[in-house]
Amino acid sequence: MKCRVCRGPAVIDLRRHNANFCHEHFVAHCEEQVRRAVRHFAMLEPGDRVLVAVSGGKDSLALWDLLVRLGYAADGLYVGLGIDRYSDESLGHARAFATRRQLDLHVVDLATDHGFTVPEAAAATRRAPCGACGLSKRHVFNRYALDHGYDVVCTGHNLDDEAAVLLGNVLHWDLDSLARQHPALPAAPGFARKVKPLYRLGEREMAAYCVLERIDYQVDECPMAAGNRHLAYKESLNALELRSPGSKAAFLFGYLERAHGSFTRGGPTVALHPCPRCGTPTPGDECAFCRLQHRAIPVTS
Amino acid sequence: MKVLLRNPRREVEVPGPTTVGALLAHLDCNPESVLVIVGDELVTHDAVLADDASVEIRPVISGGAGDIARGTPA
Ligand code: SF4
Ligand SMILES: [Zn+2]
Ligand SMILES: [Zn+2]
Repeated sequence: MKCRVCRGPAVIDLRRHNANFCHEHFVAHCEEQVRRAVRHFAMLEPGDRVLVAVSGGKDSLALWDLLVRLGYAADGLYVGLGIDRYSDESLGHARAFATRRQLDLHVVDLATDHGFTVPEAAAATRRAPCGACGLSKRHVFNRYALDHGYDVVCTGHNLDDEAAVLLGNVLHWDLDSLARQHPALPAAPGFARKVKPLYRLGEREMAAYCVLERIDYQVDECPMAAGNRHLAYKESLNALELRSPGSKAAFLFGYLERAHGSFTRGGPTVALHPCPRCGTPTPGDECAFCRLQHRAIPVTS
Repeated sequence: MKVLLRNPRREVEVPGPTTVGALLAHLDCNPESVLVIVGDELVTHDAVLADDASVEIRPVISGGAGDIARGTPA
């Protein structure tokens, strides 16, 4: 196989693009996809202080690397979830990357800073760990950005993540989630701007980027992910992709270009007020994170 | 050849030589869900793997529902 650009030996074939690339031109392809994403949805401005949500996995480390390559001043934030060995190893990968690239990595540890871990929260609420985990991460990233003067939070959600969420939202006709699903959410009172610069790149591309650029990421899966329904959606979409390359991109990009607007129109707007404990806007008394924290830390007295 | 599979980590023996594409078909792996790595290098689907090669098939699908964040935080 030959590189589409230089005809040199290819290292990766991308059936969706009907193209093969050598190392150099594959990296250029990834940069170009991020540049296009950023431009198309006005995700980042020159001079923005950028906070990258770093997990130690392929997507977040590749994202951080790409943003720095493209000239953005980007710091990382790692949230310690307290998932045993998996969390320790993930932090190790994030730290090693930051050290090698001389980048600033901040760490918030759920147990130390908020008094509970994801497994404890899952046990206390008798719900799937991923729910408590996602809620905690969203809360911590948002608060950290607001409290430390970052203009924007970048997350490593890729094309496969977004297509899988879209499939789940459509299968359940979850209209609220459909309205909210977008690669760029503007800042609002109490909420930092939140963007997904990798939404045009698949997870195979992100893993390949890390292998080629010698980014040592956490390959092993989180032990809590097993049986997760989004993994099943990803497998189904990949089965379609195999028969008909480009399906995932057509599904997601078509939604963003042609359908998303129909879900955001005229929805009821819920009045939000600041959570009395942490200040995060919420429709209820306390925000969902503070409620989770109460349940996860049993009151002893 | 020795083939390393992940999640869970295990090793299987497959007779070579064979192409990467044929190896993935043999193991019933969707090429969209994996990378094939020899040494530290990626190999494309038409590459021929020798009988004494050591090959890693690395899954690229990851994440739970919480990684796949909803729109607004909290
Ligand atoms: S798989 Fe679930 S619990 Fe594990 S890190 Fe991802 S969202 Fe959190
Ligand atoms: Zn090339
Ligand atoms: Zn709160």
